[in-house]
Amino acid sequence: MAGIVGYGAYVPRNRIKAEEIARQWGKDPAAIRKGLLLEEKSVPGLDEDTITISVAAARAALDRARIAPSRIGAVYIGSESHPYAVKPSGTALIEALGIAPAVHVADFEFACKAGTEAMFVALGLVEAGRVDYAMGIGADTSQGAPNDALEFSASAGGAAFIFGRQDVLAEVVETYSYTSDTPDFWRREGEFYPRHGGRFTGEPAYFKHIESATRALLGKAGLKPADFRHVIFHMPNGKFPLQVGKSLGFTREQLATGWLVPTMGNTYSGSSPTGLAAVLDVAEPGELILITSFGSGAGSDSFALRTTGLLPERRGLAPTVRSMLDGPRRYLTYGEYAKYREKIIVNE
Amino acid sequence: MREVAIVAAGMTRFGELWETSLRGLFAEAALEALQAARADHLDSIVVGCMSAGQFVGQEHLGPLLADEIGMAGVAATHVESACASGGVALHAAFLEVASGASDLALAAGVEKMTDGADVTAVLATAADQEREAYQGITFPGLYAMIARAHMQAKGTTEEDLAWVAVKNHRHGALNPKAQFRREVTLEEVMGSSLVADPLRLLHCSPVSDGAAAVLLCPLDQARRYTDRPVRIRASALATSTMALADRKDPSVLDAVQRSGERAYRTAGVAPPDIQVAEVHDCFAIAEICCIEALGLVPPCSGRHAARTGLTALGGKIPVNTSGGLKSKGHPVGATGIAQAIEIFEQLRGEAGARQVKDARLGLAQNMGGSGASSVVHILERV
Amino acid sequence: MPSPRYWREIPTRYRLEAARCTGCGKVAFPARPVCPECRGREWERIHLSWRGKVVTSTVVQVPPSEFQMEAPYAVALVETPEGARLMTQVVDCEPSSVQPGMEVSLVFRRLRKEGRGGILCYGYKAVPAA
Repeated sequence: MAGIVGYGAYVPRNRIKAEEIARQWGKDPAAIRKGLLLEEKSVPGLDEDTITISVAAARAALDRARIAPSRIGAVYIGSESHPYAVKPSGTALIEALGIAPAVHVADFEFACKAGTEAMFVALGLVEAGRVDYAMGIGADTSQGAPNDALEFSASAGGAAFIFGRQDVLAEVVETYSYTSDTPDFWRREGEFYPRHGGRFTGEPAYFKHIESATRALLGKAGLKPADFRHVIFHMPNGKFPLQVGKSLGFTREQLATGWLVPTMGNTYSGSSPTGLAAVLDVAEPGELILITSFGSGAGSDSFALRTTGLLPERRGLAPTVRSMLDGPRRYLTYGEYAKYREKIIVNE
Repeated sequence: MREVAIVAAGMTRFGELWETSLRGLFAEAALEALQAARADHLDSIVVGCMSAGQFVGQEHLGPLLADEIGMAGVAATHVESACASGGVALHAAFLEVASGASDLALAAGVEKMTDGADVTAVLATAADQEREAYQGITFPGLYAMIARAHMQAKGTTEEDLAWVAVKNHRHGALNPKAQFRREVTLEEVMGSSLVADPLRLLHCSPVSDGAAAVLLCPLDQARRYTDRPVRIRASALATSTMALADRKDPSVLDAVQRSGERAYRTAGVAPPDIQVAEVHDCFAIAEICCIEALGLVPPCSGRHAARTGLTALGGKIPVNTSGGLKSKGHPVGATGIAQAIEIFEQLRGEAGARQVKDARLGLAQNMGGSGASSVVHILERV
Repeated sequence: MPSPRYWREIPTRYRLEAARCTGCGKVAFPARPVCPECRGREWERIHLSWRGKVVTSTVVQVPPSEFQMEAPYAVALVETPEGARLMTQVVDCEPSSVQPGMEVSLVFRRLRKEGRGGILCYGYKAVPAA
């Protein structure tokens, strides 16, 4: 059975606290933290972007997979913030990691589920036998507009997954994708910040697609929530994943390990994939994991995975998600944050 | 090879010379030298200039500048070695005359830095573009790293650096052609803003416009042009690795050592014989490293020289009586020639308030980049 | 930076490709035709480790225009275990905290943007070792 043979994640070392952003806009910090269940988020350095984040995550995935980079037959990066409008992020990555030139590369976009898009296609290519190994990556450095709710949560980070058939660390038991045309959140060409439909992004968008995909996956696989040891949902803020988990019948405990958003923020295409990496960092062999992403526009990809006995001996070969979230980090002022996120106007 | 003499000199003031263009600066210096020698012809012209191309968009300086002084037709060329361009121009002109190819050669240096170019970016092209400038290091940054390495290896302090600037300003205040003709205090230097830690604004030579020129001829023809010629005893060039990363010890300027050794050997003299010297103080740390590399002070003791007065006017070995690059200014390509002119004037007793008593043997050392090239001239009163 | 030059430099910048002289063992980064130690011309292609130690450093306060927003930033000479020395920025820390002897990891970062419409240039930088 095909599955994940290597995984890795990367979270930048800079942070900004939600209360620092709240102070900037004259909002009550306590209300923000309580309402969104957000404490702080990651901030990319001026020298970081979706490509550099992807390279760091992919390097960790290769370290864990212990395969020669040249054996990767396909690389897909999903993001809302590809550095170029025309020129794939994947080409720089394959050169950096020594995967080039015998490889298929494509960039994906589907708002916050571009990462699981890439993973779905990478998996499919391996299952089809077209390539031996394929990598799917979700990474983002997306922005929230100043003084908008999204500014508290939009952060940077990503995770990479290598799929193969041999020496699998977590088998993919089942997948399900649920997609519709729902204009809840979008960005037109040339606009710097995305726009969204306010409360419309909740029930008709996030909740509908995650619930539909998850229930359909459970039905297709003949599984129920209690069968899973861990579950990860897309995390636009702290509250939504807890709410959708509850409505689907999962417990807080099942959600806990993958619920990274309070200190990481919403890494968009990296959100649920990084949650999955955090779960793989601690999961025991033989455990079932469920991950359902959500991308505005809208759609959800749901995967059910089962860990193998090989996982414990491989996960120590690269940094864990928690070591990056809890490890050395720098807290920025709003001014520094604005500088790093290029919100300050300068002449060309 | 024939013996070569310097018989005349000409120099503009150094500073922000808004009213004068590159060619105007050259003309002023060249014509002053030609007039002093009452010479009405030239056999060759060599111009040192780091980058008229990047500063003012002009290449092909040889014919341009020959033409500017009415000498179109004369053999003329441009040479470059970053901040050592002037010194290598002098070297090339020396070889022209020593070989017999020319009987009267003009060695000039010129730079026009204030016409709006991004000076930091242009100067960074003296460093290794691929391995250093691309990574974001600046020219002051390279010398700051040299300073840090020197501080670690030899105990040099920020105050030691500041004393170099104080000394050179004291000299420059006596030089009518200097860019800064005022003294600075130790406190002013130590309190000036950081450019690249630990180098502060007043540890760094300024951005300047200026030109300088000297006339060379065979020694046995010198009396045609002056009754006080100065003989070039040695003209020696050396290089080191381009990138700071490849130096064996970042605190040692081995190109300076090599060029110094070659010059001393050719001239048949030793460091203690030198009575006055101009060295390349693009940044205060550079003077300390250069006097060590040239053997003008005992090894590892360069840091004390300025503070104790060893290298001040009146001291055992006055260094940079002109004010050095720091106070006199540093129009990049002109500096090497201007250094030679200071020694020329010292040896002829024409240095006025800056005069070193009875100077007979002097040295001028000019350096490029972070020490990748160095050229030393040893001059002697005839 | 013009595309052809950027592209030529990818093996060096992206993969730390270097060369070891088969005559005397000297490591050249980037690779070059003639060994600076023994003037040999035979090389073995190697890749540097993605880590090293700071030899000397500074903090650039007055940057070139491309790096205006990043100033002040630390730049260091870093020596890798293979004995190669390279010049690189040290980021993700207070610039003044970078000192000789500090252990660093080398990471893949974006070094510059060529203005609003030009290419993006990637390469290596250093961060304090975790």
